Amino acid sequence: MRYISFVLLLVLFWIALSGHFEPLLLALGAVSVLLTAFLSHRMNIIDHESYPLHLSLKFPIYYSYLFGEIIKANIDVIKRILSWEKTPISPQMIEIPRSQLTDLGAVIYANSITLTPGTVTIKLSEDSLTVHALSKEVADDLATGTMSKEITKRVFKE
Amino acid sequence: MIIDILSSILLLVGAALGIVGGIGIHRFPDFYTRLHAIGITDTLSALMILLGLALQAGWSIAAFKLAMIFVFLFFTSPTASHALAYAAQHSGLKPKLDQK
Repeated sequence: MRYISFVLLLVLFWIALSGHFEPLLLALGAVSVLLTAFLSHRMNIIDHESYPLHLSLKFPIYYSYLFGEIIKANIDVIKRILSWEKTPISPQMIEIPRSQLTDLGAVIYANSITLTPGTVTIKLSEDSLTVHALSKEVADDLATGTMSKEITKRVFKE
Repeated sequence: MIIDILSSILLLVGAALGIVGGIGIHRFPDFYTRLHAIGITDTLSALMILLGLALQAGWSIAAFKLAMIFVFLFFTSPTASHALAYAAQHSGLKPKLDQK
């Protein structure tokens, strides 16, 4: 099941990127798709973590939320960069609880934190995340764990 | 016509945000804070430039490719930032923190 959808996805991707329908090129595309599928099988990288098919319908819901956060954070950082006085920043290094049960959830969480300007995940360990934040406000905001709750709510809840 | 105007606005704002990111790199005091300035160029600036280009391309394969560029950027740029920050911390670079 996983492999069928994987091959199907690769075929669609190949056609969308090439836009050619001559027999020779289609045959070459088929060969490269099969080779990719074979190599991924050999490397054993098609599992529920690297290819989270069961979550793919939920990611758009989460990313629409993340987009809003990114734009808000962008405006905040732009204001700090362009302020007339000495840049009003108060860099912080904070530890926040990991609060995600699965590895995949923790990676989504850490990636989202890094993606929003103003916060960068430095370390991801068994039970905590070390985050460098540009200002105290951003750090406090992060410490409330809203983003983690949104991930749990939007991605993992049935 | 409207599409042309919209796309040039998006392209101009995207380019301006790229410059803002560059200014940020110069104004912020240390390595870690400069990473945050890069974040602007990575996310909003790239998004606006790609959107502007996609408007020019219309509904075509080129637009799909631009969307793919954006998706890949979305996944790789935080990984790159994290790798940089982790390497800096690993080699013992201390961040300048706010003393309070």
